[in-house]
Amino acid sequence: MHSPKPFHGFGLGLRPPHYQDFLARNVPVDFVEVISENFMVAGGRPLRIMDAVRERFPVAMHGVSMSVGSADGLREDYLVRLKTLADRVRPLWVSDHLCWTGVEGFNSHDLLPLPYTEEALEIVCANVLHAQDVLERPLLLENPSSYLVFADDVMSEWEFIAEMCRRTGCFLLLDVNNIYVSGTNHGFDPMTYLAGIPADRVRQIHLAGHSAGRDLLIDTHDHPVPAPVWNLYEAALGRVGPVATMIERDDNIPLLDELLAELDIARSRATAWRGAA
Amino acid sequence: MSLFELQRQLRDHLLSEEKAIADRIRGEPQKGLAVYHHAYRAQLVDCLRDTYEKVAAWLGDDGFETSARRYIETHPPRSWTLGDYGANFVDALAVLYPDDPEVAELAWLDWALRRAFDGADAEPVDAAQLDDVDWDRAVFTFVPTLRLNAVVTNCAALWSAMAENQMPPLAERLAEAANIRVWRRDLTSHFKTISPREARALRLGVEGMSFGEICQIAIDETDEAQAVAAASELLGAWLSDGLVCRIR
Repeated sequence: MHSPKPFHGFGLGLRPPHYQDFLARNVPVDFVEVISENFMVAGGRPLRIMDAVRERFPVAMHGVSMSVGSADGLREDYLVRLKTLADRVRPLWVSDHLCWTGVEGFNSHDLLPLPYTEEALEIVCANVLHAQDVLERPLLLENPSSYLVFADDVMSEWEFIAEMCRRTGCFLLLDVNNIYVSGTNHGFDPMTYLAGIPADRVRQIHLAGHSAGRDLLIDTHDHPVPAPVWNLYEAALGRVGPVATMIERDDNIPLLDELLAELDIARSRATAWRGAA
Repeated sequence: MSLFELQRQLRDHLLSEEKAIADRIRGEPQKGLAVYHHAYRAQLVDCLRDTYEKVAAWLGDDGFETSARRYIETHPPRSWTLGDYGANFVDALAVLYPDDPEVAELAWLDWALRRAFDGADAEPVDAAQLDDVDWDRAVFTFVPTLRLNAVVTNCAALWSAMAENQMPPLAERLAEAANIRVWRRDLTSHFKTISPREARALRLGVEGMSFGEICQIAIDETDEAQAVAAASELLGAWLSDGLVCRIR
């Protein structure tokens, strides 16, 4: 199984309000990220758009339904459909989340948290290895935001991630906003998190905004990237070096030019970091 | 506790606010659990609102949200794709609005058009290349996005008015039951109100009956010249609308 080639560009998520922009304009991005499930369909316009976008840009496939943490295993029909799409798209890489979405046939369609136990680690690793076998490519897994901590935890999230990478050979999609959100919610230092992850496994970074709920920060992806997340991005660059970076916006989606301006901030932050380094 | 048991407990909390999972969580469990409990339902309401856009416009925000939440409580999602969620919403609305049949009929249109949008591709036959067809024996394969529904209300007019941001007419029952067919041609989904005669012929054609047999049924019920003329007209419409992707 080949490792995904390092790719250092700046990209955006491809969202429906911007489809026409990406097809009609010369959009200054180095890659786009698509939500895999939106294109795991039989036919019609979505696949036609995917093919046209793929002709213009490298594409990263990002899924939300693999559920690598499900105790009762992965859905084979899902993996087969994902493999079919990946063979068509020939993506930079295929990613999903370190979470579970359902059990016993139920699917919450939410990214639910895992306990960081040895048993959960074994289950996640078995599922990741199986997915990588079916997909014939390594996975990137993203650290999720979370809103609770389980009593059974015997290790930190970063320790769990490091061991998962060691046992499966998978790579990481580091969501800097999620580190900030979970760190605030659970009281850990994001710098400790960054120091604990295996930096050489990170192939992509997500940047996004969040919202303040009544008791907790919520990973809503509906705001611009806030200052603390930009600062953490620079710290992440110091830890993992230059990797593909993307702005993720899923709600209150602004005009494309607004996101492109935000992506320019990421470019300038990366340039400033390189200068300082 | 095993991971499997913990996941069942959190699922049960999402579905019914079962409290057992709280014992497995550090700190103040209700704060985090409330986030997941809310997000689960909010996402499903958004999904239904997106799929059933015209129903949402017809019922208004409060009416739609109430209907969606009642559906969510009895229909936990099971598919890996949110696109499948709402597959039974048409039937649920028929039960929730027994005196307003236009609601479920609008929902059927929303659902059939959405399924047609990303349904399987199929190239319609070229009507100009059919010189060698033995029409008596011809059996049709229809495009896989074709769906047919019997309706008793002016749901088609309601849907079209809302699609054009016009004030929809009042809902009313049709003088006689009609049928609507939905299909996709190239990348565009269409619907069309059709006669009972066409609906019956289309159902027989979908079941695999030959064009000759379909014509014969019509001939048995009326005069031959009329039946043949009507069947030819139907065939012309099916071909020009791009409903037929193979003739064998």
